[in-house]
Amino acid sequence: MSKPESKAAGKSEVVKDLSMLKQKEMITRNYDALTSAPETGRKVAATFVPGNLNELIQVFGLLNNLPEINAIQNGMRKLSGDYILEAEKRGHSEDVCTYVKADLGSMAKGNLAPNGKPLPRPDVLLLSYTGCFTFMKWFELVRNEYKCPTVMLHVPYQGEGTTTRNMRDYIVKQLKQEVIPKLEQVSGVKFDIDRLRELMRESAKAEDDFVWVLETARHRPSPIDAYFGSVYYTGPIFTAFRGTPDASEYYRLLRAEIEERMAKGLGPITPEGDMKQQKYRLVVEGPPNWTSFREFWKMFYDEGAVVVASSYTKVGGLYDLGFRHDPDHPLESLADYAMGCYTNMNLPQRVGLLEKYMKEYEADGLLINSIKSCNSFSAGQLMMMREIEKRTGKPGAFIETDLVDPRYFSAANVKNRLESYFQMIDQKRRVASAA
Amino acid sequence: MKCFIGIDLGSTTTKAVVMDDGGKQLGRGITNSRSNYDTAAAVSKQEALIDARFTLFRRGLEGEAALAGRVDAFLAELERNFRHVQFLEQLDDLEATGVRHGAGLRFAGQEKPLRAALGEVFRQLRAESEGIFAPGAKRKSDFFRDIAGSRFMALGDAVCKEAGLSFDLLLNVYDKSIIEVENRPPAGAMEGKFLRALEKTLGATGQAAANGVAHRVQAALAIPLEEAYVVGTGYGRVRLPFPKEHIRSEILCHGLGAHIMYAGTRTVLDIGGQDTKAIQVDPDGIVENFQMNDRCAAGCGRYLGYIADEMQMGLHELGPMAMKSTRSLRINSTCTVFAGAELRDRLALGDKREDVLAGLHRAIILRAMSIISRSGGIRDQFTFTGGVAKNEAAVRELTKLVRENYGQVTININPDSIYTGALGGAEFARRAVQV
Repeated sequence: MSKPESKAAGKSEVVKDLSMLKQKEMITRNYDALTSAPETGRKVAATFVPGNLNELIQVFGLLNNLPEINAIQNGMRKLSGDYILEAEKRGHSEDVCTYVKADLGSMAKGNLAPNGKPLPRPDVLLLSYTGCFTFMKWFELVRNEYKCPTVMLHVPYQGEGTTTRNMRDYIVKQLKQEVIPKLEQVSGVKFDIDRLRELMRESAKAEDDFVWVLETARHRPSPIDAYFGSVYYTGPIFTAFRGTPDASEYYRLLRAEIEERMAKGLGPITPEGDMKQQKYRLVVEGPPNWTSFREFWKMFYDEGAVVVASSYTKVGGLYDLGFRHDPDHPLESLADYAMGCYTNMNLPQRVGLLEKYMKEYEADGLLINSIKSCNSFSAGQLMMMREIEKRTGKPGAFIETDLVDPRYFSAANVKNRLESYFQMIDQKRRVASAA
Repeated sequence: MKCFIGIDLGSTTTKAVVMDDGGKQLGRGITNSRSNYDTAAAVSKQEALIDARFTLFRRGLEGEAALAGRVDAFLAELERNFRHVQFLEQLDDLEATGVRHGAGLRFAGQEKPLRAALGEVFRQLRAESEGIFAPGAKRKSDFFRDIAGSRFMALGDAVCKEAGLSFDLLLNVYDKSIIEVENRPPAGAMEGKFLRALEKTLGATGQAAANGVAHRVQAALAIPLEEAYVVGTGYGRVRLPFPKEHIRSEILCHGLGAHIMYAGTRTVLDIGGQDTKAIQVDPDGIVENFQMNDRCAAGCGRYLGYIADEMQMGLHELGPMAMKSTRSLRINSTCTVFAGAELRDRLALGDKREDVLAGLHRAIILRAMSIISRSGGIRDQFTFTGGVAKNEAAVRELTKLVRENYGQVTININPDSIYTGALGGAEFARRAVQV
């Protein structure tokens, strides 16, 4: 993902930008590795963010290409609108997940990476998470296009609000019997469990620092924005970099920068500059809108609203609840990881998590950004909001946008709702302080 | 006297309410929003201040023996005369503007007859204005554009025919001029206009009584109306030349306005020109929750406007016609344009206009019911506001559906509900100064 450019150009800003530069360089390198795969002969796996097996992919020397991330990239670079239209021209209806359509449309139009070169054909489609049913259909369409091998790891849903030994064994068995043999076959590399342990050791290091950063939002003022800003912070750990020394380095740099901001009492860095006043502390549920990401963020910035915790930054793992990739139990921990991502939690678990965030991060309210084309996220959200209101006594608000379809971001409407919501919090506060 | 003013810039009309420091409403004003919110705000505010003057006259005349039992009639007469004076002034402005526009190159060679025709049309307009503003005369609209426009067309056509002049030329001049005049708030001191109207009104009264009345009216006119604080709300609010703290979301204003009108209000439904809002308020009128339509404005006031155009009827004729229906048809409510197509289809199949219209009204209300239920349902008392609350067929369908779904709930509909947002704004203005 590209980084927000810092407007302020003071001396200390140079230090802050180090993590951003680092991530930018990592992403560029990864795209270059992907687009040069036909020349270098490296094999490519395509996979999704939730429950991804990045360490395992690396054991086999495969490059990791994430179509969701490509769709986000194209959304932020204002390209997704055209791609979606292209996909619709090819017969995909208006209500289909817009990540899918942005990806299929991009494929139809040359599948260009941000470096302007075409992304390679995948050598294997690794479906390592089935909690989103659309993922399965998405890869079915991609497989139809590329006629490449597919590996499917079936991940049981936490319908009862917990994972069991049985569920874990079931995943480990699939890893041993299906996933690993297939990846060996595609890559021609023999599985090496010690290499996997090594990568996981590196993952856990980065995960510690990542959690440390997320939890700084407990402070007042919060030195980070746990939704817009943290989308960038999740980049390396949710995607192709987890388990690499690069990722550990990124989080080390980031941690130092946030430590410094906190020591200086600074708020988050935003595309509009440092956030000065923090009038509202919010918990946000649901993915952001990518096509108007900056405009959306600015609506919060202008009103002095900082996000202190979000569920979206947990789609690639609930590290803040204690999960770490465990080198001593590598396959088991991959199983736990896949089952533990946010979208695999049932509704009561999600409500419980949001309630915990509301309380622990001392939030003023819960905001839900409901995504029309993502039922995995959206189903039950209004009920969740009511429940949080009941349990915390804090007001909730509901806005509706989309992931990467620019047609579904109505700025005036979203702004109107947000402003109303912030003024509502104000009014409630005034009444509370008068009482 | 300190005045607190709320201005609600709607998509169709702009409303203003003036309040005194005791929270009493002094006056209200309304104007069409045009495409120019600055003017709309200025005009509605001026109208509200004029109305406030009448309130002061009423207060001043209450003890006047000469008018015992006739204060209402006297004030009605005074207002009628005032409106007439105002109308004539705007007519002068329109004529002068027209003459200026009629002198352009475009009219070379025809300037003279054009000027003569303009002079004749305005002479006739002035002459018949006595009738338009005669006691008991009904005006379809109080907006200058509507009154002057329809008569200009009628008289102009005849005058042009007689003079052998192309009506298009005259129309061209009118179109250019009316926009200019409309966007120029009526100028000149209000006091002079009031005094002229007073003179005319008192003409019929005996001298001694006239002196007493004139004295009291003049005393009321001398009370300065000081704008202590102005709050703006509505979609155009950001365009208002106010600092940010003078701007409130219309959701909050509607909630508070409904609470002022009916203190027992807990749920508010507002159906305006382009959006439908369901608002839950606490016993103090503080907003607890809200939902509104997103992405699509089907089911709002404009839906009815579109249907009226499709059926070549006036907007205000829809409700009465739907009331004649004996069986309501099912019409979709998800898309305005489709509803228009469905309507034509139904009519072609031989369905009755009133039944189709009843179905359309039901469709709007069904959509509103869904928004209400998402905001938390209807609690006693329920207050219905906005332009659509004036439509009896909409009210009938709403009442039916409320009874079916929520049982016996008090339903409040204020004939002046169009001012709800502005009223809430005025109260916010009052509170802003008090705190």
